[in-house]
Amino acid sequence: MSTALNTKNKIHPQKMYLYAGLGSIVMMFAGLTSAYIVKKSQANWLDFDLPKVFFISTVVILLSSFTMQMAVKKAKEGLQNPYRGFLTVTAILGVVFMVLQVQGFMAIQANNIALTGPRSNSAASFLFVITLLHLLHVLGGVIAIFGVRFKSLSAKNIAENTLPVELLSTYWLFVDILWIYLFVFLQWIG
Amino acid sequence: MSHEAALQNHEGHESHEHDGHHEHHDTFLTKYVFSQDHKMIAKQFLITGMVWAVLGGLMSVLFRLQLGYPDSSFPWLESILGKWAKGGQITPQAYYALVTTHGTVLVFFVLTAGLSGTFANFLIPLQIGARDMASPFMNMLSYWFFFTASIVMMSSLFVETGPFSGGWTAYPPLSALHDASPGSKTGMDLWIISMALFVVSSLLGGLNYIATILNMRTKGMSMTRLPLTIWALFFTAVLGVLSFPVLLSGLILLIFDRNFGTSFYLSDIYVNGVGALSNEGGSAILFQHLFWFLGHPEVYIILLPAMGMVSEIISVNSRKPIFGYMAMLGSLFSIAILAFLVWAHHMFVTGLNPFLGSVFVLLTLLIAIPSGIKVFNWLTTLWRGNIRFTPGMLFAIGFVSLFISGGLTGIWLGNAALDIYLHDSYFVVAHFHIVMGVASMFGMFAGVYHWFPKMYGRYLNNSLGYLHFWITIAGAYMIFWPMHYQGLAGMPRRYFDFSIWESFKQFADLNRFISTVAMIVFATQILFLINFFYSIFKGRKVTVLNPWESNTLEWTTPIRPGHGNWPGEIPEVHRWPYDYSKDGHDFIPQTTPVGEDESGTH
Repeated sequence: MSTALNTKNKIHPQKMYLYAGLGSIVMMFAGLTSAYIVKKSQANWLDFDLPKVFFISTVVILLSSFTMQMAVKKAKEGLQNPYRGFLTVTAILGVVFMVLQVQGFMAIQANNIALTGPRSNSAASFLFVITLLHLLHVLGGVIAIFGVRFKSLSAKNIAENTLPVELLSTYWLFVDILWIYLFVFLQWIG
Repeated sequence: MSHEAALQNHEGHESHEHDGHHEHHDTFLTKYVFSQDHKMIAKQFLITGMVWAVLGGLMSVLFRLQLGYPDSSFPWLESILGKWAKGGQITPQAYYALVTTHGTVLVFFVLTAGLSGTFANFLIPLQIGARDMASPFMNMLSYWFFFTASIVMMSSLFVETGPFSGGWTAYPPLSALHDASPGSKTGMDLWIISMALFVVSSLLGGLNYIATILNMRTKGMSMTRLPLTIWALFFTAVLGVLSFPVLLSGLILLIFDRNFGTSFYLSDIYVNGVGALSNEGGSAILFQHLFWFLGHPEVYIILLPAMGMVSEIISVNSRKPIFGYMAMLGSLFSIAILAFLVWAHHMFVTGLNPFLGSVFVLLTLLIAIPSGIKVFNWLTTLWRGNIRFTPGMLFAIGFVSLFISGGLTGIWLGNAALDIYLHDSYFVVAHFHIVMGVASMFGMFAGVYHWFPKMYGRYLNNSLGYLHFWITIAGAYMIFWPMHYQGLAGMPRRYFDFSIWESFKQFADLNRFISTVAMIVFATQILFLINFFYSIFKGRKVTVLNPWESNTLEWTTPIRPGHGNWPGEIPEVHRWPYDYSKDGHDFIPQTTPVGEDESGTH
C-alpha cells in the first residue's frame, strides 16, 4: 500500500516536539488576541498610542534573530569561538529587548494609564499581559541560550551535533515572529 | 538485565542517538519513581488516576447522600468532615465544594490522566514499534507535573476556607473575587495553580505523543497501518496541545483579575459586606469563551482514546477486521476538527446572538454524522463475528451502548431552542455523565482488562470482572436514566435540597433510589480495585506471548518487556493490524510478510 518508512529520512523527533510546542504557544496568543478583539468591541475601551520604545525593541529582536542565524552557521562550520560569540551577542540583545519592553510599560504608566490595579482599563491591561507573556517566552529563550552555550564548552567538535542550536534558533526565530505579529496587532489591528 | 544488554548490541544501527538512556542501572528510584520508561509512567498515571477516582467517587457518594436523604443526619459524617458536616448534615458550602471538586477531579485527574495519560504512554511505543517516547525525560516530567498538580488540588481540600466551590468551570465573578464565597479564597488560588500545572503536564505529554507517532514508527508502519488506538490517541494529543493553552490564557487573565486589580472579567459588582467594586468594563462571558474553547475539546480528549481502544478491542474479540478502517479514521478526524467549532453550544443562554447560535447548532449537530459512522462501524464489526466475551470486550460493548444512549440526548441539547429549556437541568447532568463520564470510564475499564496481561504479565480475575461489568452497566443506567425525566420536569442542577420545593417533592423517592444505586456502584468499583491490586501480585500468570491472539505489535514483545520493549531488533511491519479471519487464518500478526497467494491486503 505504501512504501516502507525509514525513520532516519524524517525530521528529528525532537524537532517535531518543538514544532508542536510552537503550535501550542500560537494557540495561547491566538486566545489572548481573540479575547482582545472581543473586548475592544465592548464598552469602556481606552484607545492610546503605543510608546515609541516598542519600535526600538522590535529592531533589537530582529537584529538578534540575525545574530542567532549567524551562530547556527558558525556551528555548522565548526568554528567554536565565533559560534559562542554570536550566541552571547544574541543573549545580550535578548536582555536588551526585555529591558526595552519594561521601559515601554513604564512609558505607558508615565502617561497616567494604569496597567493593573483598580484604576486600570482593560486596553492597557491586555497590552501588559500579552507583552509580559511574550517577554517570559524571550526570557526562556535567553536561559536556553546560556544552557546551550555552557554545554558547548565540553564539545570537541561543535559541527558534530548542531541539533541543540538548531532547536534553539527555531525557537528564537519563533519568538521574534511572534513579537512582530503582536506588535503589528497592537499597533495597527487591535 | 538481559533485555537491556541485548538492547545495547543493537543500539548502533537500530535506534536514535537520544536512546542512550538504556545504559543506566536501575535502582528502586529510577525504576519505580523517577522512571523514564513509558510503561512505568503509564502505570504511574493509571494508579494516581485510581486514587483520584476513589476520592472523586467518594465525593459524589457524599453529595448523593445529601440529595437522597435531605432530612436525615449522619453523625459519622461529622466525624470525618468536621465543620463541613455540622450535626451530621453536609453544609451547603461543603456541598458546592464537593460538586466542584468532583467535577474537576473526574474530568481532569481521572479521565484525562487515566485515558490519555495511561494508554497513550503505554500503547504508543508498543503499538508503533518504538523503544520509548521521543523524549522520555519530558515524559517523566509530564507525570511529575501531574503529580504536583494532584498534590496541590488535594491540599485545597484541607484549607480552612475549603476548596473552590464555584463549579468546575470556574466562572467569574465567583472565581475572580476573594470575597465572593469562602471557596473563592485560598481554595481558588490552589485550584488555579493546580490547573496551570496540569496544563503543563498535558502539554509535555501531548507533544511527546505527537512527535513519537509521527517520527518513530518502525519500518513498514505507515500511518494507514496504525491501529485505531494510535490514531485516536494522536488526535487526542493534537486537541490537547491546541486547546489547553487557550485555557491557560483564560486562567492568566483570571489571575490578574484576582490578584492585580484588572478588569478583564469584572464589571459593576457589589459584594455584600464589601461594597461596590471599582472594576469597570470587564466581561464575565469572555471567560466562558476562553474556558469552553478548551472545555469542549476536553470532552473529546476524554472520549477519543476510549473510542480508539474500543475499536481495537471489538475487532480483536469479534475475530473480524474493523469495519471501515478509513471511515473510522475520517470520523475521528472530523470529530477532532468539529471539537474546536462548537464551544458556544455551552453558552446558548448567555445572551449569545441567536444568529451566531444557529451556526453553533448546525456545527454541533454535524457531530452526529461522524459519531453515527463510528457506531455503525462498531456494530457491523460485531455483526456475525465470532465473539469472545472477555471482560474487556463486555466493557467495550458497554461503551457503545452508553455512547448511543448518551449521544442521542446530545442531539436534543445541541438545539438552542431545546437547550434554553433544558439548560442547567438534570437532563444535562444525565447527558454528559452517560456519554462522556461513564462511557469513557467503560473505555478505560475495557483498556485495563484488555492490556492488563501486557502491563503486569498476569491476568485479572474474570469472574470479578463480569460481576464488575454487569453491576456497573445496570447501575449506570439506573442512576442516570431517571435524571432525564427529572430534567424534563425542570429540576435544576446544583441545588442543595429539593425537598423544600413543592414542584420537586415528587422526586424524593426517585432521588433516594438514585443515591442508593450510586453507593452500590461505588462499592463495586472497590471490588475492581481489589481485583486489580491482587492480580498484580497474585493473578494467574500469562504463559503465552499473545493471549488474545491479536495482530498488533505489543504482543510480539516478551511477556514482561524491559525498558526498550524488544530484546532484539524492532520487528518490521508488513500489513495493517486487522487481518482477522482472513484466507482461512484466524489472525495474521502485522509482522507476518504478505503471502504469495494472499487476497487483497492493506
